[in-house]
Amino acid sequence: MTNYLIEKYYRTERLPHIWCPGCGNGIVLKAIVKAIDNLNLNQNEVCVVSGIGCSSRATGYLDFNTVHTTHGRALAFATGIKFANPKLHVVVITGDGDCAAIGGNHLIHAARRNIDITTIVFNNNIYGMTGGQYSPTTPTGDKGTTAPYGNIDPNFDLCELAKSAGATYVSRSTVYGVNMITKQVEEGIKNKGFSFIEILTTCPTYYGRKNKKGNAAEMIKQLNEITINVNAYNNLPQEKRENKIVIGELYKDIREEYTEKYDRLIKSF
Amino acid sequence: MVFREFRLSGSGGQGLILAGVILAEAALKDGKNVVQSQSYGPEARGGASRSEVIICDSIINYPKIEKCDLLLALTQKAYEKYIDTLKSGGVLIKDDNIEETIKRDDIEVYSVPIISTANNGLKRPMVANIIALGCICEVTKVVTKESLEKSVINRVPHGTEEINKKALYEGYSLIKSKKGKICHEA
Amino acid sequence: MTVEKIKLMQGNEACVEGAVAAGMRFFAGYPITPSTEIAEISAAKLPRVGGKFIQMEDEIASISAVIGASLAGKKAMTATSGPGFSLKQESIGYAVIAEIPCVIVNVQRGGPSTGMPTSPAQGDVMQARWGTHGDHSIIALYPSTVKEVYDTTIKAFNLAEKYRTPVILLMDEVIGHMREKVVLPREGEIKIYNRKKPTVSPEEYKPYKATDDMVPEMANIGEGYRYHVTGLVHDEFGNPTNNNVTAEELIKRLVNKIENNIDDIVEYEEYKMEDAEEVIVAYGSTARSVKSAIDILRDRGRKIGLFKPITIWPSPKKELELLGKNMKRILVVEMNMGQYLLEVERICRKYTEVKGYGRVNGELISPNEIVSFVEEG
Repeated sequence: MTNYLIEKYYRTERLPHIWCPGCGNGIVLKAIVKAIDNLNLNQNEVCVVSGIGCSSRATGYLDFNTVHTTHGRALAFATGIKFANPKLHVVVITGDGDCAAIGGNHLIHAARRNIDITTIVFNNNIYGMTGGQYSPTTPTGDKGTTAPYGNIDPNFDLCELAKSAGATYVSRSTVYGVNMITKQVEEGIKNKGFSFIEILTTCPTYYGRKNKKGNAAEMIKQLNEITINVNAYNNLPQEKRENKIVIGELYKDIREEYTEKYDRLIKSF
Repeated sequence: MVFREFRLSGSGGQGLILAGVILAEAALKDGKNVVQSQSYGPEARGGASRSEVIICDSIINYPKIEKCDLLLALTQKAYEKYIDTLKSGGVLIKDDNIEETIKRDDIEVYSVPIISTANNGLKRPMVANIIALGCICEVTKVVTKESLEKSVINRVPHGTEEINKKALYEGYSLIKSKKGKICHEA
Repeated sequence: MTVEKIKLMQGNEACVEGAVAAGMRFFAGYPITPSTEIAEISAAKLPRVGGKFIQMEDEIASISAVIGASLAGKKAMTATSGPGFSLKQESIGYAVIAEIPCVIVNVQRGGPSTGMPTSPAQGDVMQARWGTHGDHSIIALYPSTVKEVYDTTIKAFNLAEKYRTPVILLMDEVIGHMREKVVLPREGEIKIYNRKKPTVSPEEYKPYKATDDMVPEMANIGEGYRYHVTGLVHDEFGNPTNNNVTAEELIKRLVNKIENNIDDIVEYEEYKMEDAEEVIVAYGSTARSVKSAIDILRDRGRKIGLFKPITIWPSPKKELELLGKNMKRILVVEMNMGQYLLEVERICRKYTEVKGYGRVNGELISPNEIVSFVEEG
């Protein structure tokens, strides 16, 4: 199966990728192509857009229409692509810095419009490409090269942000549970509207090393320990909910999609 | 005299830019060359607003007006600000509420109840700009009434064509009936 | 010409009319004085011709969406003014290196920073040239009448499509907001250029392989030619590379596809140059004041003319050089502290005297001022 997916959906001549040993990005990427394969989408009609950062290099390895844009702006480019040609399936691959810091404004407005784009955030809690600076999702107190004494910033809950801004599909998963990623990406693409999927992944090179999290395998195990499925979470008493990160499908809504709304306007003339 | 340069002044919201556009479009319909430009502050209502129109038979390069042949003033502030920009021998059309604080004996002045006619006569304050256009046309004959009327109809919001046409006629007659009394002539 | 085609039109309106005539079917923008009418009129017009308008959340998003839409096959434009133009610069560079046609309008106002939002200026001439980082060439056009705005907007789209590059359309508050007579051409009279489509199969397609004119063929997203677009230095396939030879080849090609076609790109107007011994170089609304000044100076017996570049960048080097050789004096008049003066000096200084006159108070330079400058200088 894996070989088939790689042969079909990867630009194999571009491999090996630039990601470090133990990086979770490869796991997420495979889960994404598996979802696209499960949905049996026409490769020519899939457009994958990314920003800048480790995860955003993913587009270079994928055999779709791929656009590796500027830092933070993937969603704005993707909005132009989707709005110009609504027939395309548009997927955005972005990181925590790309999406939540420099691109935060585009995230909330793409969600507000409910434009049919599936946004997949590879959240490794750190700026990897530039060498380990703290990001908007680095937990308070954790270290980065620009937070040598510990990060004093509160960190974002990206799913809550996306939900509040108007996303109509919001979910979270981790590289510990690959099948859940695939399932969520499938659901995200199927949702006719703005889908937001946060995937907790590992950066052993910077985040792990700076914060003494152990090796890659240990980091992935920790992701399992700190997360809890939404159904189980809802059954927990209040006092036991603290410090747990909820995974699973967190929010769904039905609201008219942006490009369809505009097409109605065009047809009205 | 040949009227080439027109300055329409008042406060933001009085529709002076639209009046300038209508005047320019009417002149264009008459086959003239025109340039209309405007100057405005950051405020959409109140503040000083002016619209300028150049109408002539030859090509217009420099699009701005320094000294004008005709000045329309709808507020005291605009009058005081621009009265010095009126050429010697030029025409001032001012609302009759404006006190002539700066006496000039080298210009012709029409003091016309533009705003009160809009407010009380037509009961539509919004049409003061169109009444003023009627006055300008009647005094200067710079555009044909036919073109002016067409241009008013073309540019005012749908549904207000009739009241604006009425306002235009009101403007003509304010001048014709000498209600806009000529204070002194050049 | 039919009578109906004669219109009283604002500069900003003529820009949209020209853009739609050139095939613009996508506009993304953000409100900013004095360019906002371009967005407003696009919002009203585009859905009526099956096009798309979107007001984005900021200036950067607007240019990004425009680039995205162009990749998906639409002729796309954004419009802004000084502060917004600064914000768009990074993405303009992206469109340069990834070779994505698009048009960026900058209706200039007083700067720097928020400056004088409702007043004209020509302070972004150098930003148009060098605003984005890195070595590159750029096309920037600058009309000075409303009719020229219409024509130049069409030309901007044509050059963007022909050379696969962003094209900057500079205007200023005077040109953007003034209204004057425009005689619009009939549909068949407008020459439209569309991007070159691939002539090979998807398997053989190399998205960044230059053809004879140095411009690669462009497949739109969704047409079956799957390829990679990136702002990184890339090879013929669009794949990122650090190869020094490839990098040098790419950057040189991007510059040369414009610089080597300068005769095709450059447009200018001359006014009363037949027997001129002195020339004033001016562009945009200032060129209008200069024409009036020249009429006055000619009446007083001075043999003086105007050279008005419509293509500001790349500058009309050949023509400027000729002026340098033939004129006793070259004067550059502009609403800034001497930006285009630098370019004219660079080209002409070795041949003749070059002097500049600038003004930065938010007012259009008047003909009388120019007359005094010429007579006293």
